[in-house]
Amino acid sequence: MPKIKNRDTLISIALVMPSIVAVGIFVYGFILWSLRVSLSQWKGLLPDYTWVGLKNYFELFADPRFHIDIRNTVIFTVVFVGGSLVLGLFMAILLDQNLPGESFFRNIFLFPMAISFIVTGVVWRWLMNPATGSRISGFNQLFHSLGLDFLINRWHTTPTWGIAAIALAAIWQMSGYTMAMYLGGLRGISDDLREAARVDGASEWQIYRHIIFPLISPITLSAMIILGHISLKVFDLIVAIAGKQLPLDVPAIYMWQVTFDGYFFGKGAAISILLLLVVSVLVIPYIYYNLKNEADV
Amino acid sequence: MNLFQSRVPFRFQWRYLLLLPLLFMTAFYLIPMYLMIVTGFKAFDEVSLKTIWQLPSSIAFDNYIEAYAKLTPYLWNSINMVVPAAIISSILGSVNGFVLARWKFRGADVIFPLILFGMFIPYQSILIPLVEFMRSINMYGGLPGLVLAHVIYGIPITTLTFRNYYATIPKELIEAARIDGADLLKTYFYILLPLSIPSFVVVLIWQFTSAWNDFLFAVVLTNPDAWPITVALNNMAGSQIIAWNVQMAGSLLAALPTLLVYIFLGRYFLRGLMAGALKG
Repeated sequence: MPKIKNRDTLISIALVMPSIVAVGIFVYGFILWSLRVSLSQWKGLLPDYTWVGLKNYFELFADPRFHIDIRNTVIFTVVFVGGSLVLGLFMAILLDQNLPGESFFRNIFLFPMAISFIVTGVVWRWLMNPATGSRISGFNQLFHSLGLDFLINRWHTTPTWGIAAIALAAIWQMSGYTMAMYLGGLRGISDDLREAARVDGASEWQIYRHIIFPLISPITLSAMIILGHISLKVFDLIVAIAGKQLPLDVPAIYMWQVTFDGYFFGKGAAISILLLLVVSVLVIPYIYYNLKNEADV
Repeated sequence: MNLFQSRVPFRFQWRYLLLLPLLFMTAFYLIPMYLMIVTGFKAFDEVSLKTIWQLPSSIAFDNYIEAYAKLTPYLWNSINMVVPAAIISSILGSVNGFVLARWKFRGADVIFPLILFGMFIPYQSILIPLVEFMRSINMYGGLPGLVLAHVIYGIPITTLTFRNYYATIPKELIEAARIDGADLLKTYFYILLPLSIPSFVVVLIWQFTSAWNDFLFAVVLTNPDAWPITVALNNMAGSQIIAWNVQMAGSLLAALPTLLVYIFLGRYFLRGLMAGALKG
């Protein structure tokens, strides 16, 4: 018997080793490689690993463009995550009321998840046409014809806050996802619990306030982390809506331009490592607690 | 009066008022699709800014024909890239998931989270080495390099989905097979693999959708003749020469494969989505 066991162990190792080695190299090896590039003065097409310490990082912290990136990322994250959570919870609660057509609505709210940020961006670029007056179009024209002229705005061409308009397109794409997460949580709450509260005379609002919201708060945290790390990485959607322009710059676009258009590899790598650090702060505890909970169950 | 209270008479009628916000939300989600489809069918002289919300006066397929002619090579690039990428990463995920779910070796508790982390990283942080590496092994610029990237960076999510699924299969089933003399590989091929067809569907759909919709790897790793549809569409939309109606037709063509998968296999798509939040 022990013989068979050893053979099984060998087979197991042989089966997973290729993947472990691949992830080891392509994720961890490449991250270390990027880190090394970020500490070098490499600019131009030929690699140059001359050590410059944290110079690239210090330059970034003093770089006005990077400050715009941070501001834009904060605005985008707050609008996108906040909007998706509010809308997702709202839709999930409505869908949890046993109304007719529930699966129809659910499917409609989720379908944007199936298409690419590029397609979303190409269509939303047209919807968010900033022209006014005789060239009015898109949403602005719709608002005008509905008598909602106060809603007419310049969308992503608004100074400073333009990035929030991009976040609207992202909310359109991803709020169905938060809806699905919340709905899963609401479905997991037993009807007995609600019934017991009703028998005790609780109003429907009190049931949500004191029983259901506390029970689904872990979902809010999960959704914040998942959406938050997506918003830190946002790239395709902005490129498709507005191209690469300074007022709508984010770290991912800056990294792309400085590296692949400008050949400042050291600086590009430094941006990417900073991005990785921020994402890690969100994601590592998340993975840890998820797996720990799983082990406890 | 409380709309929800169960003892209110005609409660079912009041409750239906909640359909109003749902219908409003439906409009919000469908408006971009409406515009995309309607504009794609409009003739060029109808695509003025003023009439964008109106239905076309006649249905014209010219835009689809033009967009299709322009985008066909890129659609094929996408298909040729997505199919092998989805299949290979699903097989790897199944094998890994099987081993990691069944075999508690020392260090498994460390290896699994380390693999998982790979699905959350911003890919910018591996992009420069990836390009250098692909150049050094002569896989830069073409589809094989892009397939390789999707396969490897797909390992975390495919492994996770299969591991979570295999962990739900009763131990007794596996032990019974072992008592009957099946070794590890036979247990996998004859017991677990047939049971995991639904998981394969979930993972294949997930990988198909994410590789089809990917832009970042494609734009960095491929030359124009190997561009997948996302890069080609973005380029087409960025040029001033191509009219809106053709762009919208092109958008629909680019979105159609994943939309069809969603329409016909939405249940499996949703399971993949939830796995992506680690909730297997």
